[in-house]
Amino acid sequence: MPLNVEVVAPDRVLWEGEATSVSAPAADGSMGVLAGHQPVLSVLRPGRVVVTPVQGESVELEVDGGFFSVDHDQVTIVLDASAAAALDSVG
Amino acid sequence: MGGQQRVYNQKIRSTETLKKMFRAMELIAASRISKARERAGQAAPYTRAITRAVSAVATHSNVEHRLTTERTDTNRVAMLVVTADRGQAGAYSATVLREAERLRDVLRADGKEVALYVAGRRGVSFYTFRNVEMVQTWTGDSDNPKVGVADDIADTLLHAFGAPPEEGGVAELHVVYTRFRSMVSQEPRVIRMLPLEVVEGVAEPGEGLLPLYEFEPGEVEVLNALLPRYIRSRIFNALLQSAASELAARQRAMRAAVDNAEDLIRMYTRLKNTARQAEITQEISEIVSGADALAAS
Repeated sequence: MPLNVEVVAPDRVLWEGEATSVSAPAADGSMGVLAGHQPVLSVLRPGRVVVTPVQGESVELEVDGGFFSVDHDQVTIVLDASAAAALDSVG
Repeated sequence: MGGQQRVYNQKIRSTETLKKMFRAMELIAASRISKARERAGQAAPYTRAITRAVSAVATHSNVEHRLTTERTDTNRVAMLVVTADRGQAGAYSATVLREAERLRDVLRADGKEVALYVAGRRGVSFYTFRNVEMVQTWTGDSDNPKVGVADDIADTLLHAFGAPPEEGGVAELHVVYTRFRSMVSQEPRVIRMLPLEVVEGVAEPGEGLLPLYEFEPGEVEVLNALLPRYIRSRIFNALLQSAASELAARQRAMRAAVDNAEDLIRMYTRLKNTARQAEITQEISEIVSGADALAAS
């Protein structure tokens, strides 16, 4: 079963879709998330979020703050405004 | 053409120019309002994510946080008033400011010292005119608020909430803004944002039980990261709602202005016609009496 991923910034949704895996810079080191992961709520360190969608190329985002939550295969990555502003090119 | 007619012509022409301007402003407001509502819609997922996360932490822990605890060391309270930058929006700014003044009276009656933070030029000039001291103001882009401005406002207020009493720390934060209910109904709202009230209540009903999260690196750190973001997103939401309300109020006011201009034009046209007819009647009677006088001699 794929993960439902949502990458949101304060003023818009940056990326939304199904993915097979997500890797994010969690507080205690980079964390990889696959389907069936236990619920986690973590603060993001500056680093790189990599989302591997079910179809298509993987999406990479440079982030410098925010948090993310994993809950029943629903992954929500919440970015800060400053991080989102730099990512305007990401569709 | 007689003098009276000329005056009426002038009035009709100037009213027509005004009408064109009102019409243009109505159309501009109408086109911006859909954008403003869209922006509010785009910000919703973020707000939802934050709210859900805050509820998750609140339901699974009893962590005390400085943003949720009452301060007793100072009687200064902060008040953020969100108004418009420009007028010609009917009673929009006046309604918000009336509500703000009411709240200020209540707070002062409670023996609290009110520190004013104002967004929007109309609010700033309102308080400047009344010689009321404002701590900080933000102007520009009231009908198209940016995340950066919301963050700046939130950070300033969070800083004031955390500051010691002698540096102007505040014990509470009240926000006065206008909630956008629909195109025809916007209401001024007052919310007490800080200290945060029982956060469990913010979970949307029908979402089911929140799972038992594992917090990284720890509950306190997660809460430290979440709550300021929650406040920022609430303030951004207040700004967006106010912007949509402002535009809706402006559109309505401008439509009323166009209608009134049309009424005026109709009235002046009628008066002009009466004046013309009176002039003609007078001329005829002058000619007839002149001819009579000549015939009699």
